[in-house]
Amino acid sequence: MNAIIVSAVWGVVMMFCSFLVKNKGLYRHIATFGLIILLIAIFLNAWGINIFDIDDHNMLHFNNFGTAFNTIAIACTLVYVLLTGKEVEKYGKYSAEYFTLIFFSLCGVAVLSAYNNLLMLFIGIEIMSIPLYILTGSDKKNLKSNEAALKYFLMGSFSTGIMLMGIALMYGGTGSFQLEVARVQGLGPGKSLSFLEVTGMLFLFVSLAFKVSAAPFHFWTPDVYDGAPTVFTSFMATIVKAAGFVAFIKLLEVKVAETGIAVDKLIGINWQLLIVILIIATLLVGNITAVFQQSVKRMLAYSSIAQAGFMLFSLFSLNDIAHEGLLLYAAAYSLATIGIFAILVKMKDYTFEGFNGLAKKQPLVAAANTVFLLSLAGIPLTGGFFAKYYMLASVMKTGTYTWLVVVVVLFAAVSVYYYFRVIQAMYFKEGDAATEEFAPSFKFALVALAALIIAIGIIPSIVLNLFYF
Amino acid sequence: MPIQYYITLSAILFCIGVTGVLTRRNAIIIFMCIELMLNSVNLLLVAFSKMPPVSKAVSAAATGADAQLFVFFIMVVAAAEVSVGLAIIVMMYRNVHSIDVNFLNRLKN
Repeated sequence: MNAIIVSAVWGVVMMFCSFLVKNKGLYRHIATFGLIILLIAIFLNAWGINIFDIDDHNMLHFNNFGTAFNTIAIACTLVYVLLTGKEVEKYGKYSAEYFTLIFFSLCGVAVLSAYNNLLMLFIGIEIMSIPLYILTGSDKKNLKSNEAALKYFLMGSFSTGIMLMGIALMYGGTGSFQLEVARVQGLGPGKSLSFLEVTGMLFLFVSLAFKVSAAPFHFWTPDVYDGAPTVFTSFMATIVKAAGFVAFIKLLEVKVAETGIAVDKLIGINWQLLIVILIIATLLVGNITAVFQQSVKRMLAYSSIAQAGFMLFSLFSLNDIAHEGLLLYAAAYSLATIGIFAILVKMKDYTFEGFNGLAKKQPLVAAANTVFLLSLAGIPLTGGFFAKYYMLASVMKTGTYTWLVVVVVLFAAVSVYYYFRVIQAMYFKEGDAATEEFAPSFKFALVALAALIIAIGIIPSIVLNLFYF
Repeated sequence: MPIQYYITLSAILFCIGVTGVLTRRNAIIIFMCIELMLNSVNLLLVAFSKMPPVSKAVSAAATGADAQLFVFFIMVVAAAEVSVGLAIIVMMYRNVHSIDVNFLNRLKN
């Protein structure tokens, strides 16, 4: 509850700052300050100190997993604002509003990480998405940004419509919006689900697959991520996407894992097989298309689809390791991607050639970028390795579909190719990488972030301990 | 009237909405079709609140108040979405003087 209220209130504070504070350079410092307060609030929440005691009628349920994810999301946003906050000021005169929208979006993330009622799922998704439509279109004169915003908006509200239909049908089937009621009523042993519930669950599944850009429903992702201003792509592709997965896993774990009935009998069709198909399609589309991209930004958009494929494993196995893995994945993937995007916004040329010879000009930046790329590829000693390892371990623990592990390792090998293209361009190609000025503090922050990723890669427990507060 | 009538009606409305979103090219029409989808859900929720198809409805839902409450939330959120969506469409219209979504192919390739 702390995080939800503090982030909403601080969003309003930022809004007032936009006309009360004349110094435009101050906005990002106010935002940083707000994020630190938010971080303190969520820690207090984890230690059981609730500043705001509000009766939520059991619509929100704060468990360790949700709180841990929320902490990671806020910490990643803090890193994001520290690294790229200055870039936000480039789009229009009113940069304070953009920070406002980021805070509102974080409020949605906080709702999603704690929802216990389908109403809250809907509200959370909307609070999270609507600010993003605006952020995507914030570069008003740029046609690409306009197009991305419209596309994102139409696809987002379309999937919202599907989600609402799913919720309505589930309500018809179970008579309640509470997640546990649906569990007790509909899924008792020996009881089969009604037609309404099955279709409702499928609709919800499709709409959440839209939100996390899993394969048959991914087509909006590359265009939106490519067209949006690079700073905001960084936020959308990391924190928001991970929040979608948390919402997804919370829905499935209640409906699937705690029922005590066989997973594959849940809705009459084979549930796990559905997710396996989704995983393989997502990995295939994401990895294979990323290989052929010429622009690094677009390559990162496809790589985010591929990474979503890895995160889908947690939905497949739904056990303890899957939860730990999802937290670790959210942290490792978000931090690495935020780092790459922070460097990318400083580049003049977004193609692979634009990175030629960066290592000679900016050895420190190139080294940090290498660490981020290695982490995304899942090379040992970086955070991405353990994230992938936990995902695969969770599949092995379920004991079914273990051949998936082989498939995934093959796809991970494909992903190494396109991540290493950037490294190759930076180190082994001659060229004059045109960049904006890198401030010393920015370089220091990048190195610190790279060190953090390596630290997660050596001792992943620094993230996982959040799980057991 | 049995509940099936309401389910069928809102399913038809929903399908019209989905078909419209997938086939029409005018941004405003697509937008209207999305609204149609949302409103079919509203209709369904109100119908369920009066006639729960589950015989053993839990106490909180027995009154059906929570479904009607949900409808209000959908309306509010839809209004918020409209304000953002129309702003985006206006912004696009200013730049390209068209609201045809076929214009939206600059990001391909």
